[in-house]
Amino acid sequence: MKLKTIAIGLAAGLAILARAPLALAATDDVVIGDIDDLSGTYADVAGTGAVEAVKMAIADFGGTVLGRKIVILVADHQNKPDIGASKFREWADQNGLSVLLGGSNTGVNIAMAKVAAAKKIPYFALGPGGASLTNEDCTAYTVHYVYDTTALANGTATVIVQNGGKSWFYLTADYAFGTQLQNAASKVVEASGGKNVGAVRVPLGASDFSSFLLQAQGSGAQVLGLANAGEDFSNSLKAANEFGITKKMKPAALLAFITNIDSLGLQTAQGLYLTTGFYWDLNDDTRAFSKRYFEKTKKEPTMDQAGYYSATLTYLKAVKAVGATDSDKVMAELKKTRINDMFAKGGYIRADGVMIHDMYVMQVKSPQESKYPWDYYKVLKVMKGEEAFGPITGLCPLAPK
Amino acid sequence: MTEIFGVPVAVILGQLMLGLVNGSFYAMLSLGLAVIFGLMGIVNFAHGAFYALGAFAALLGLQHLGVNYWAALLLSPLVIGLLGIVVERLFLRRLYKLDPLYGLLMTFGLALVIEGSLHQFFGASGQSYPVPAALRGVFNLGFMILPIYRAWVILVSVAVCFSTWFVIERTRLGATLRAATENAPLLQAFGVNVPLVVAATYGGGVALAALAGVLSAPVIQVSPQMGSSLVIVVFAVVVIGGMGSIFGSIVSGLVLGVVEGFTKVIYPEASNIVVFVIMALVLVLRPAGLFGKE
Repeated sequence: MKLKTIAIGLAAGLAILARAPLALAATDDVVIGDIDDLSGTYADVAGTGAVEAVKMAIADFGGTVLGRKIVILVADHQNKPDIGASKFREWADQNGLSVLLGGSNTGVNIAMAKVAAAKKIPYFALGPGGASLTNEDCTAYTVHYVYDTTALANGTATVIVQNGGKSWFYLTADYAFGTQLQNAASKVVEASGGKNVGAVRVPLGASDFSSFLLQAQGSGAQVLGLANAGEDFSNSLKAANEFGITKKMKPAALLAFITNIDSLGLQTAQGLYLTTGFYWDLNDDTRAFSKRYFEKTKKEPTMDQAGYYSATLTYLKAVKAVGATDSDKVMAELKKTRINDMFAKGGYIRADGVMIHDMYVMQVKSPQESKYPWDYYKVLKVMKGEEAFGPITGLCPLAPK
Repeated sequence: MTEIFGVPVAVILGQLMLGLVNGSFYAMLSLGLAVIFGLMGIVNFAHGAFYALGAFAALLGLQHLGVNYWAALLLSPLVIGLLGIVVERLFLRRLYKLDPLYGLLMTFGLALVIEGSLHQFFGASGQSYPVPAALRGVFNLGFMILPIYRAWVILVSVAVCFSTWFVIERTRLGATLRAATENAPLLQAFGVNVPLVVAATYGGGVALAALAGVLSAPVIQVSPQMGSSLVIVVFAVVVIGGMGSIFGSIVSGLVLGVVEGFTKVIYPEASNIVVFVIMALVLVLRPAGLFGKE
């Protein structure tokens, strides 16, 4: 018994000793951290595919910057804000973190933005939708890179109202992201001459949506606004089809990713309007990147995954231009350069942290229209960045109106 | 009278129907849990994972082996049930002499392993399983549109629940099963192979979960986390019905499905906690559950 205790003590001591030099060595590297949902409902939207995209970006950059090795740390936030924030803090304190890439879930990202401000570390919000990240919750170190609830609403809601979908009922995921998305869409619907009939707040991860859908149907609205994401989106759209609701109401995906469309199948998803920041089949640049990505993951990239690749390169280029990983200098550089790659053409980061770039309003093809694998979208409208993300609201103290 | 408390009767009837559909799933899942707990004393936290496995078995069968829905209804529970027996023989039987907590930890770990593996192979978005051709379409009940498939779910669930109850409470086989939990050594002395009986019980409970999985495959995305979101509610259902009470689990499953359905109309935000509020009340007022024996 005594021997065992001694042995355990020794092992623990050795483990602590072994750790110390590792932590020191790490500060010589340029450390890119990625905190994302790797095992839950959003894991296919960014997840391991996004990690692969970051690795591709690091390899394309040459593996080093300023003569320092580029390494990546990955953690699963399990959709829990406290886990995301504490992991971020730990990496900042112990691993010499240079930049954080934030994955899905607005709630977790709001918590992580606060850490970014406290630790003064550049932070790219790549997965979350909540526009509050560059408004009430903005920080000097936040870059909201891929899309936000404002752009989604401006895209999808405007086009649908223009096409005659005047009255809206929302099925809203009951947390920060869902309510922000619903609010953004409601404003756009009203501004374009439509009207909001009602909404039902659905707990995140509900197992059955039929009750909520019957309420939507009872409202008599023309459009069913799905202010949810991931599995909730798939399951609610499936049930809407099953109950024949999509025959009377036009479903609007306020946030859908290409992986969702792939898993639902075109039979169920056809005709759906959605807004995205990236589509693999837009032009030669997007196809070239997506082809390399597909070889590694056997899936076409979502806008988040493409954004991870682009953001990593954007950050590394800024570090190279500045000649240091000093956070304030890198942020200043980031905010004055134009971003030109397969993700954005002439993109730029505004004072409030939004990366302004074109967004695409899409309609999902029918099975007959789809000619080859992953041929899922028709481009209905290319929205200029300024139109998509709207003017500066003044809610972020860094960017007065 | 077309309104009750300001809610149109048509809406109430519609929600009652949908509540019964959801309640059918709760009943079938909690029934399996109740059988396993009542006869083996194991809190089977892997139940949700076996439910997901059942759905995935049906999906894989369809995609790779051409097993259609009707065959999957039979084959998937059989295969997953056998897997359950293997699990019981390999792991669970070593834990019977220990505190029940160990069984809970074992099955919880098992659930994480199963869900993690499914995640690794299939990703998080899940896949779609088509509704079988014979059950497509809808019934127009006047007050609502009911998809034929949902009606089918209620039928199958009620039939399965009743026959399970009948087998365990009213047949000789059921008597043997119950005797194995009451006094295993005595039963063994009568020449009954008790370990086999116990393993088969676990397999049976797991097969019920797999059957629920196959039934739900056409209506929701078949995904690794489909079980974990359901299993917690189902545990609450079992606690409310009375741990181990077969009849209690069936009735409380159906009733709670309906209660949850109404909550979705009256106060949707609370629909995922209403079952737990009821559980807390039941535990305070009647700790053994509504149908449990002290």
